[in-house]
Amino acid sequence: MAENHKCDMCGKPATVHLTQIINNQSQKIDLCEACAQKKGMAASEAFGLSDLVAKTMTQISQTVGEALAQSSVELCPRCGMTPLQYKEAGRLGCPECYGALSSVVEPMLQQTQHAGKHLGKAPARDEAAQKRLELQAALKEAVAAERYEDAARYRDELGKLEAEPSAAK
Amino acid sequence: MSVFAQLASRKDCPRADTAGPVVIMTRIRLARNLRDCFFPDRADAQMRAHIRERCEKALGSLPAFKGGLVFDIERLNEWDKDVLVESHLISRELAQAKPGASVFISKDCNACVMVNEEDHLRMQFLRAGLQFKQAYKNAEQLDKALEKKLDFAFSDELGYLTACPTNVGTGLRGSALMHLPGLVLSGQMEKVVRAVSLLGMTVRGLSGEGSEAHGSMFQISNQQTLGEKETQILQHIEAVLGTIVEQEENARLRLIEDSPEKLFDKIGRCYGTLRHAHVLTSSEALNFLSLIRLAADLNILPPEKRPALDELIVQVQPGHLRGIVGSQSMPPAQRDIARAAFLRERMKAFPEPDFSKAGL
Ligand SMILES: [Zn+2]
Ligand SMILES: [Zn+2]
Repeated sequence: MAENHKCDMCGKPATVHLTQIINNQSQKIDLCEACAQKKGMAASEAFGLSDLVAKTMTQISQTVGEALAQSSVELCPRCGMTPLQYKEAGRLGCPECYGALSSVVEPMLQQTQHAGKHLGKAPARDEAAQKRLELQAALKEAVAAERYEDAARYRDELGKLEAEPSAAK
Repeated sequence: MSVFAQLASRKDCPRADTAGPVVIMTRIRLARNLRDCFFPDRADAQMRAHIRERCEKALGSLPAFKGGLVFDIERLNEWDKDVLVESHLISRELAQAKPGASVFISKDCNACVMVNEEDHLRMQFLRAGLQFKQAYKNAEQLDKALEKKLDFAFSDELGYLTACPTNVGTGLRGSALMHLPGLVLSGQMEKVVRAVSLLGMTVRGLSGEGSEAHGSMFQISNQQTLGEKETQILQHIEAVLGTIVEQEENARLRLIEDSPEKLFDKIGRCYGTLRHAHVLTSSEALNFLSLIRLAADLNILPPEKRPALDELIVQVQPGHLRGIVGSQSMPPAQRDIARAAFLRERMKAFPEPDFSKAGL
């Protein structure tokens, strides 16, 4: 693993390393920053996301996110949207883009929304949905703090919760 | 059965009966997205299908949509799509959306939900005349029912998360379709557009995009969706609309007082053309009908004819006209002939203008 990885697309030294999981098979992809940005990382075709269910997506997001933490490319860890792509499309890729692409989203909000804070209604959530949100937040925190045992526990609980037939599904 | 025939078979669908002289229609739109999916533009075909399936399941179980209509956009021809756009049930954007887009129309035609337009869900609530309160009440009810079934993307800081940051927060866009012939004829529309945008509102022409306004009809809506409560946003729009209504009424009054001959000449020519023309484009027809509607508002024609005129304003547009004539593949030139014939026939129900009655 220590040898120099070359970009799978152009052959230059790779700085972004991804693991994607398809049908429980993990597959490594190495990209240089330029190609990663060009390909939009998770542009669904390139990474076969279309074949995956939401759950697997979360796993990929995590690996993508970890890979990104080591590189300096600003892009959404969930959908792979880059600031450039956003500027071209005029639309964000997924709800997580708001946090991930804040360098371009913030000025846009300042300009069009006068940087306001939400004062309107919020979804009234049932208990299961509330619990799921709390677990997701706890999981994120545990991963960030490298408390992997806790993270695993939260992930299990989340998995159980999603398997239950809940009103929010 | 065509979309035209299906809509025509619904008694409630034309909402023209309570339209006001200046505010034709009120619309509330709420944008919502599913937390765990990419926004429609970024989602691939499979994900879009998955999104539609989930929305369909949730919407299909609601009483308001039982016995309503559902159309998958990719299965419709251009004619059907035109009919839906002209009826204000879908946007031009949805009509051109990638496969996986649908529209759900409630039984009473007052609510419709676009799936996989710019956002996963765009709920729309339509009311004749100026009725933001009632429309928002309906919006709140549907939103409440749906959030029990779908997990919406939401953050405490930014509210409901949308594909474009211009809709984030409440996701609420209130808009009114206004008929402003007085301001257009007196050359004040540009000034109004500028003033209104300073007040945080957007003005657009009848068909949505672009500023070209056929028949002096404009859509006015709020720009900002974040930083204010829903009720504040609506109060703000209502206040601005109130001012525009006042300005329009003043403009109409001044037209009658300052240069009645000019105004009467315009109305008379429109009436004559609609009664006797043999070739009419859709934008010509809309412009003439707009002045006839003004005549009804000014008592020159019987005011109770206004609902019939509002119906004609929709019917002369290309999609509806093809439905009325019953021919799908009609070249535009032929359509203009059919439109003139249709209007000649319908205008028989209108008496001669009585200019001595002119007043507000
Ligand atoms: Zn490369
Ligand atoms: Zn994203």
